[in-house]
Amino acid sequence: MPAIRIEELRKVFGSFVALDGLSLSVDEGVVFGFLGPNGAGKTTTIRILTSLAHATSGHAWVAGKDVTINGHEIARQIGYLPEDPAFYNWMNPREFLDYIGRVFGMPSTERTARVKELLALAGLEEAAKRRIGGFSRGMRQRLGLAQALFNHPDILFLDEPASALDPAGRKEVLEFIEQQRGQCTVFMSTHILADVDRVCDMVGIINRGKLVTASPREALLERYAIPAFEVEVDTQSMVGISQWSESLGRQPWVKSVSVDGQVARVIVNNLEVAKRELLASIAQAGLILIRYEILRSSLEDVFLRLVEQEEVRP
Amino acid sequence: MNIFVAFRKEWLELLRSYRLLVVAIVLVFFGLTSPLFDKMMPEILSAFPTGGITIQMPAPTVGDAIGQYIKNMAQFGLVLALLLTVGTIAQEKDKGTAAMMLVKPLPRGSFVLSKYLGITAMFAISLAIAAIGCYYYTMLLFETLDVVHWLALNGLILLYTLVYAALTLFCSTLTRSQVVAGGLAIVLFVILGAISSIGTLGKYLPGELVNWGMRVMQGDTTASWVSFGVSVGLIAVSLLAGWLVFRRQEL
Repeated sequence: MPAIRIEELRKVFGSFVALDGLSLSVDEGVVFGFLGPNGAGKTTTIRILTSLAHATSGHAWVAGKDVTINGHEIARQIGYLPEDPAFYNWMNPREFLDYIGRVFGMPSTERTARVKELLALAGLEEAAKRRIGGFSRGMRQRLGLAQALFNHPDILFLDEPASALDPAGRKEVLEFIEQQRGQCTVFMSTHILADVDRVCDMVGIINRGKLVTASPREALLERYAIPAFEVEVDTQSMVGISQWSESLGRQPWVKSVSVDGQVARVIVNNLEVAKRELLASIAQAGLILIRYEILRSSLEDVFLRLVEQEEVRP
Repeated sequence: MNIFVAFRKEWLELLRSYRLLVVAIVLVFFGLTSPLFDKMMPEILSAFPTGGITIQMPAPTVGDAIGQYIKNMAQFGLVLALLLTVGTIAQEKDKGTAAMMLVKPLPRGSFVLSKYLGITAMFAISLAIAAIGCYYYTMLLFETLDVVHWLALNGLILLYTLVYAALTLFCSTLTRSQVVAGGLAIVLFVILGAISSIGTLGKYLPGELVNWGMRVMQGDTTASWVSFGVSVGLIAVSLLAGWLVFRRQEL
């Protein structure tokens, strides 16, 4: 059973269609990165999945329960961190986490231990008695994560958890998320590709309220990889590389070759043939090889390509 | 029970935000000064030069002091009910704390009701202190009041205040903006005031509770149970309507 299943979800605000028939499935135990440009529908999706908003049509199941019918049923199974977590600023983090524990009906001894554990996890032990009102953005975000984890959720929803943080804060939050791998399903929305690249097992790309694609991160990179090689030769081979590139361009498995100084970039039609033939061709030409690399698409390349494809569609 | 958990948080907030202290200070100040000013007013006026004009002041009575107390408590109770209730839910929605808390197993009904219970506790405690102070000063300056009558009067003033608090809380559930919620509450107050002035309708509305309290202190046994029932009904309807609105509201 998937942890999250969404079928034909639509959300309309007046004349604006925020979600346009979104369908998606997220398996249990994965860290799912929900990628999309600003305004794509990421936050709206999370708000519906956490029952903070209602779908115009369609259905969504979280932990097997249809949240479009009765969202409150999943309250004990989920954790949620909004993009800009809000707290009672007059409380200190110990009091706030204690309050969360009371809301979950946790007995006193267990609650006290859990508060202590989460304060340590969030690195807020020293600030445990300071008012939350005086916390930095990073501290608030870590406290937000701690409160989201209080009930050992089966599914953790994180809305842009690191977007507004400085590099140090981002690193801390991403490490925090990585620690959850295998302990719960993480559904994380973001527009920062590097964050997804770093922590997510699966990636879903959303644009204009529609799912563009969803698959394991590696499979996505593999599927949309640009079949290209980069070859760098010694300075003594700089003359030979031009002749070699001309003859290489005539091969049926080569799409194009471009040379820039000692470096040649070869885009191919058939990756497997190229893997066999390219090195042999370099050897035959007598070039002194310094570097040979199969270029790997970054998630950013894939994301931009897919979103651009969607943009040009009518 | 989550209602107790939520109420505990409201209670702590009343203390930490000094809201309870502010309401208590305001009501206690007017509670104490009502009999004091009434008693001292002739002496205060006589201390000023009148330029040969003779000011005839009637001798202060306990009835005047109590009248002043009722007027002050009702007026300031209403103003404080509006000011301190208007943001209770609207502000939490606007700041995002409502969304943070309500994805957890905290029912929205408990959320709304705990706010109202907090407000009730705040006014009950503040009014109780003000009533004790006023009772003591009235006893010192005039005469000892009937305790049961005094309790009944203050119970009716509390109920009167809580009607307006409930109406304001309802308005607070309708919007994220405290200004809009305040504006709506004032419109409701004005409508209630306007209905009160139509014929004898006022006898059945919350404003009559204050008159009933005055009559109690004068020894008049004429009760206004309809007004009492309407007031309790208005509180119940406001809370129910607030819950119904808030229950399905997007946060």
